[in-house]
Amino acid sequence: MTHADPRCVLTGTHFINGDAACCEGALAAGARFAAGYPITPSTEVVERFASRAPTVGGIFIQMEDELAASIALQGMVWAGQKSFTVTSGPGYSLMMEHIGLAAMTETPCVFVNVQRGGPSTGLPTLPAQGDMMQARFGSHGDYSTISLVPSTPQECFDLTVTAFNLAEQFRVPVMFMMDECVGHMTEKVVIPEASEIELYPRRRASKPPGEFLLFEPGPDLVPEMAHAGEGYNVYVTGLTHDNRGYPLMNPKMQRELITRQFEKISRAADQLTIVESEGVEGADVVIVAYGITARVSRRAIQMARDKGLKVGLLRLICVWPFPEKLIRELAPKVKALVMPELNMGQVVIELERCAGGKCKVISVPHPGGTVHKPADILEAIERGAQ
Amino acid sequence: MLKEIRIAGFGGQGVILSAHITGRAVALHENGYATMTQNYGPEARGGAASAALVISDQPVLFPYVANPDILVVLSQEAFTRFTPEVKEGGTLLVEEDLVHMENLPQHLKVYSIPATRIAEELGKKMVLNVVMVGFFCSITGAVSYDACLAAVKDCVPAKFLDLNIKAFDRGFQFGQELLVKGTKPEADTESEAILESAN
Repeated sequence: MTHADPRCVLTGTHFINGDAACCEGALAAGARFAAGYPITPSTEVVERFASRAPTVGGIFIQMEDELAASIALQGMVWAGQKSFTVTSGPGYSLMMEHIGLAAMTETPCVFVNVQRGGPSTGLPTLPAQGDMMQARFGSHGDYSTISLVPSTPQECFDLTVTAFNLAEQFRVPVMFMMDECVGHMTEKVVIPEASEIELYPRRRASKPPGEFLLFEPGPDLVPEMAHAGEGYNVYVTGLTHDNRGYPLMNPKMQRELITRQFEKISRAADQLTIVESEGVEGADVVIVAYGITARVSRRAIQMARDKGLKVGLLRLICVWPFPEKLIRELAPKVKALVMPELNMGQVVIELERCAGGKCKVISVPHPGGTVHKPADILEAIERGAQ
Repeated sequence: MLKEIRIAGFGGQGVILSAHITGRAVALHENGYATMTQNYGPEARGGAASAALVISDQPVLFPYVANPDILVVLSQEAFTRFTPEVKEGGTLLVEEDLVHMENLPQHLKVYSIPATRIAEELGKKMVLNVVMVGFFCSITGAVSYDACLAAVKDCVPAKFLDLNIKAFDRGFQFGQELLVKGTKPEADTESEAILESAN
């Protein structure tokens, strides 16, 4: 691991919103390029990046649309920079094709989605968590990536750094799934000293040109990377490719490549089980939630505890890959798992699958536009406790 | 101690900045927690502007404000829209030259200040929001004078620092004098039921 560049880290205590904190996280993580097509409620991220980046040798390009943004950033990654793009629902849909390309070409990068109400243009200025399944399955073909969900402006900083680190470690596009509420909420954000911010460096080619193969997997199934212009043979394609990166379109190569791309994530299931749990031990009912909804759930939990109910909170910080093992172990120990989400019930499908009928699974759906009323979550807790 | 606050007016009055200063004072200059959210209209400027601030000595879990303990209004529209939402026995702070108080619920504690006029006397109408922050600080005691002043200093450009400190102090002083005199609901007061039906 290396450390953040102190020239780019705004060390100190700030009162800023989640979008601004995300931008500072990206800068601290070493991002020096962003391409975007600004869209509410994510605009403040790139607005800030556009003003901050030139002071630290970075570049922001406002592209003609989201397709261009999501491909430009990948060009910059292969040219050697850490890069990201920022969008919201309608733009996220347009980026789907290139998220698949990033997965196929194992391009380390971060896609920030500040979720708003949808479908379509929906509610530009109001929150939702309706893109969670899209983050997992949105692009065509089969791929496995990582999705992180922050629940405070502080986490918008901290987890953006984590998102870039995981992107570099696993060489995948990481989805940073904020929402309008967290993005536009202003709170205290503490940015530590650069020396306290650990960064996962790019996995550069350890062999000289001629011996190095661009997609030869390492022991953890992740290949090393060479950039364009360094003397290496850099051939990057969305077609099924061999270890040199050259197109090789047959079932055997497809099996080898796609299986490896899945396995590099599934093998790291323990590292990628990133959760915060509180009061789960001995609880009858456990709320499983993520992002702003987990935070609102805490008030419902306080209300339930006042009524004498034994309730815990399992907050998913990394939603994809889903913490399957943890849920399989937890389900037989509780009466119910309750999942409030600002969508009509997406991640709860995965929760129900992993619970495997060992306990009740109660969905508390919400179409978005605001957050849950704590009373609605409380009602589900009470049903679960019966 | 959890207090829910709404500050509302029209775009350009510095409504959001006044909430920002207050929140910053609590979160950075006192050992408290503050969460600020704002309502966005489609207009770039000139439309309604409103910010909600939750301050507490515990981490804030629920970020929105439905029924504020304290409402600060800087426009007629804001007064009409948000006054019915204030909690029973809550506090209303009013820009008295810009708001004509009709159908005022009797349960409210009302304090008014000619913030824009004071700002103009100081030489710049723009600082009316900081006058209001001083007034808020003085009347509600929700945040200390020192913390608020420190937050004002953090948030304003260096060349307008003196002006803003004066604006803050004038607002604070006005509040102190008013507290000595006691509250004075100005307009007619009618029952809450009538008010609700009017909205």
